[in-house]
Amino acid sequence: MKEIDSKAGFKWLLKMAFRDGKASKRKLVLFMASIVLGIAAVVSIQSFSNNLKENIALQSKSLMGADYIIDSDKIPNKRVSFIMDSLGGPEAREINFASMAAFPGNEGTKLVRVRGIEGNFPLYGELETEPASAAKEFQQEASALVDATLMLQLGIKVGDKIKIGNLVLPVGGALKSVPGSAAIFSSIAPPVLVPHRLIEKTGLVQVGSRIGYKYYFLADPKLDLEKFDEKIDPILDANDADLDTHTSTSERMGRRYENFGKFLNLVAFIALLLGCIGIASAIHIYIKEKLRSVAVLKCLGATKKQSFLIYLIQIAIIGLVGGIFGTALGLALQQLFPFILQDILPVDVAIAFYPRTIFMGILLGVLMSLLFALYPLMATLYVSPLQALRVDNTEKSKSGRAALLVLGGIFLFIFLFAFWLLEDWKYSIFFILGIIITFSLLAGTAHLFMKAIKKNFPSRWGFVSRQSLLNLFRPQNQTLILVLAIGIGTFLISTLYFTKDLLLAQSSLEAQAKSPNMILLDVQTEQQKAVSNTINSQNLPVLENIPIVTMSVENLKGRSVNEIREDTTSKVNGWILQHEFRTTYRDSLISSEELEEGKWIGQKTEGNLIPISVSKNFAEDAEVQIGDQIDFNVQGVLLSTKVGSIRIVDWSRMQLNFSVVFPTGVLEEAPQFRVLTTKVPDENSSAALQQSLVEKFPNVTIIDLRQVLTLIEQILSKISWLINFMAFFSILTGIIVLIGAVRTSKYQRIKENVLLRTLGARSDQILKILALEYFYLGLIGALTGILLSLISSLLLGYFVFETAFIPSWIPFFVLLPGIIVLVMGIGLSNSLSVIKSPPLVVLRKESR
Amino acid sequence: MAKILNIQNLKKTYASGSRQLTVLEDISFEIEEKETFAIVGPSGSGKTTLLGLCAGLDQPDSGKIELCGTLINELSEDKRALLRNRKVGFVFQDFQLIPTLTALENVAVPLELRGDKNATKIGKELLEKVGLGDRFDHYPSQLSGGEQQRVALARAFSTKPDILFADEPTGNLDEETGQKVVELLISLNRESGTTLVIVTHDMELAKKTQRILKLKGGRILETLKV
Repeated sequence: MKEIDSKAGFKWLLKMAFRDGKASKRKLVLFMASIVLGIAAVVSIQSFSNNLKENIALQSKSLMGADYIIDSDKIPNKRVSFIMDSLGGPEAREINFASMAAFPGNEGTKLVRVRGIEGNFPLYGELETEPASAAKEFQQEASALVDATLMLQLGIKVGDKIKIGNLVLPVGGALKSVPGSAAIFSSIAPPVLVPHRLIEKTGLVQVGSRIGYKYYFLADPKLDLEKFDEKIDPILDANDADLDTHTSTSERMGRRYENFGKFLNLVAFIALLLGCIGIASAIHIYIKEKLRSVAVLKCLGATKKQSFLIYLIQIAIIGLVGGIFGTALGLALQQLFPFILQDILPVDVAIAFYPRTIFMGILLGVLMSLLFALYPLMATLYVSPLQALRVDNTEKSKSGRAALLVLGGIFLFIFLFAFWLLEDWKYSIFFILGIIITFSLLAGTAHLFMKAIKKNFPSRWGFVSRQSLLNLFRPQNQTLILVLAIGIGTFLISTLYFTKDLLLAQSSLEAQAKSPNMILLDVQTEQQKAVSNTINSQNLPVLENIPIVTMSVENLKGRSVNEIREDTTSKVNGWILQHEFRTTYRDSLISSEELEEGKWIGQKTEGNLIPISVSKNFAEDAEVQIGDQIDFNVQGVLLSTKVGSIRIVDWSRMQLNFSVVFPTGVLEEAPQFRVLTTKVPDENSSAALQQSLVEKFPNVTIIDLRQVLTLIEQILSKISWLINFMAFFSILTGIIVLIGAVRTSKYQRIKENVLLRTLGARSDQILKILALEYFYLGLIGALTGILLSLISSLLLGYFVFETAFIPSWIPFFVLLPGIIVLVMGIGLSNSLSVIKSPPLVVLRKESR
Repeated sequence: MAKILNIQNLKKTYASGSRQLTVLEDISFEIEEKETFAIVGPSGSGKTTLLGLCAGLDQPDSGKIELCGTLINELSEDKRALLRNRKVGFVFQDFQLIPTLTALENVAVPLELRGDKNATKIGKELLEKVGLGDRFDHYPSQLSGGEQQRVALARAFSTKPDILFADEPTGNLDEETGQKVVELLISLNRESGTTLVIVTHDMELAKKTQRILKLKGGRILETLKV
């Protein structure tokens, strides 16, 4: 026989794909919806992260106000001054500290950040003031620029007076934005700009005050800032100064938001994965209904490849269209984020569309659909043309190897995508493993469940309950796929819920009756009695009176700090060597501390070395263990200590925690200041107390924790809004998957119901059988999913968040019944037409 | 005359649960070009299976099938598909139109598979010939059973096949409609000079062919000349 060839080429395949798809529009909606939602979730987050990163980089100079800054918490020594001179000298300099500000003639007082400015500040960006001229004039006119929100809050007008320490100045203008002040913190200590030359007059710059010095520089445009940083920073570090370049600042800032972005990306990815399950399940039904047509096409002479390609092309096109819609939806949605998040973002985010993100979204749509459709599509390869002749018993089993290949491809895809999001192959592998374990556990549970029913079949039950149970393990049952789909959906949703619980629980603040909400810093030792009296005179308690002694590390395990600094092989963290530690002394542990190692010693013992207690992170960063010697420099006096115990400190608690704690009987006579805490019942008494304190003790800094709490709550509510928003995508996709899964089994169920009806079953009996069957499916799927997510959240809490996790009951009481009702609702509504119509109509419909 | 179909010692078994079920055994016959031929027998006698084997839709366990001069049990599935497209036409009991394609598209598909540029034009002509000139854009679900079978006939003859297999072509139709479809089938067949193989349990229909093969229990009972 001469070689024969099919003449129908790609064009015909495309044509077939189109006209077949045109008539199946409705059925493809589920499929399309899964893609659109998944892609929209990923694209919106991805694009917004890109925008944020880009904006931070773009605005890094004006965020900082300079090309680079040299800062220090001490007056620069000779070496630092020499370096600054050799760099051409700073263009502007600043001295700053936190202080209480009073407004004479006005009732309010407020903790502010005083910034004494000299020179051409800012070198980039601008001071936005009202009136605009104030930005230039405050230097000559010797006035202060006060944070605009603060002025509004306290009803201060331009021309009013502000009192900082001993200095009284007129308010020259309202400060709307200034480089170097993050919007988020300005509600706690809003910035006040004053001329540098007047700082001395406040009388607040004394030994022991926490003062910051900043020097603003312009860089030669040709200067490689990274190399410059590498060269200069170590020298400055050794001299208690620090170099910040605008590039490193934007990187650091970017990283801070990147972690948040990664979490959101994972949430989006979960939505996408659910979407993939939706695709597999939608295509599964779709292809099942197409197999007859494929058999006919094969009878008419279409090859395996041709019939396979028709549907592959169709799905690729739907993936493409879904990808385009999803990307468009995602890009539209991200416009919302800056409005919701503007307070917690460091920059104004101008939304731009990145071709890369758009391309990724669309490509993802196509790849995702093709990959997850491949397995169900393989059925078209193996369908025999004989099926057109109603000879049904020849269905070949699919090739095991091909199925494995597809499965491998899917996992590779998930891995690569996770890797792309997380940029860490280890986490990506964990992610994959988690998914495989979850799937296996769910499948295993479904299997065990069916086995258990078979073994202990309740043969005494009535017909309806028996029949509904029997349906779960009839030949060609769908129990496994349904339990998997329902279980995975529930698992993801409830894990998301539990994780949110964890995150919020970790940062939430216990509103304990006894915990203080006002902290008084910088109280001098000789002031403590008078301050206590002032507090008590307002009928408020002094809850804590904590002594603070500042010191720095001199020798670590016998080696001097300078020696360690010069040793390039040393792994001791830099902050240990240069940090000015604020330490305290007391005889007992407090509630936020837990002894990890060694023995707590509350009182000085006999012997040369003083036994101190260090926090776990200090011990790790300083690489010290129990018994190691540390020498501290306490304002010129050397104290030799040894590590007596190591504590785990819960730094997230809203209270004063310390890296280094001394026993009593050592530091009592050392130069020190005090921190006093109290609890004020309301706004008015807080204001009254602040006012009388500021009047009498201008050097004392007051932090109203209630303000901080409100701020943190605000941030959390914004974040949780975003998390909820992303979870909503997953839930929506989950519902689509559920519909897909139930519809998958509908195809088969209809036939059985028609048979039952033909044999005389009443509508209500069929309804009950169906309802019960969906109830069983919903129960086992959802329960398995929730229990698994409980376990995974416990592990997550233990290993990642390091907090005890107390699960809420909501997933059990709301999600479980919710999912069951949803499964039953979707299942029954999809079968109502079957129950209502007479058997013959359905039989006819089905035969076509 | 040349042989268009030559069947020798055909045997076919299916696995039914754990045991093997012999559906066809020891089947040998020949059909000549342009002959009309009927395969009759009671339900379960193996008629449809035999038709499927003859048309190359399935592989026998043993024996030889030569269709249009080609030994098809040595061909791959795709090669057999191409042969079907070139030489074979089908009419099914339940019409088997593709539900997502219009009447016209259904008729055009076999021609398009060949790469025929005039597929739509020929399709229209054929639909007009079977009396459905006004139903080009109707989907199968919008057509009656008789109309659907007429579309199927138009599709079967669209490629001018050398041999046409019809599986119970009137099985799903009422008597009157069935009668009309048979008349149409026979007139179209006469016009195109195609070899026709009909599987049926209706002796009246079978008697309209030139030769009848009777099957029982998977074996040939007798061959009759009409």
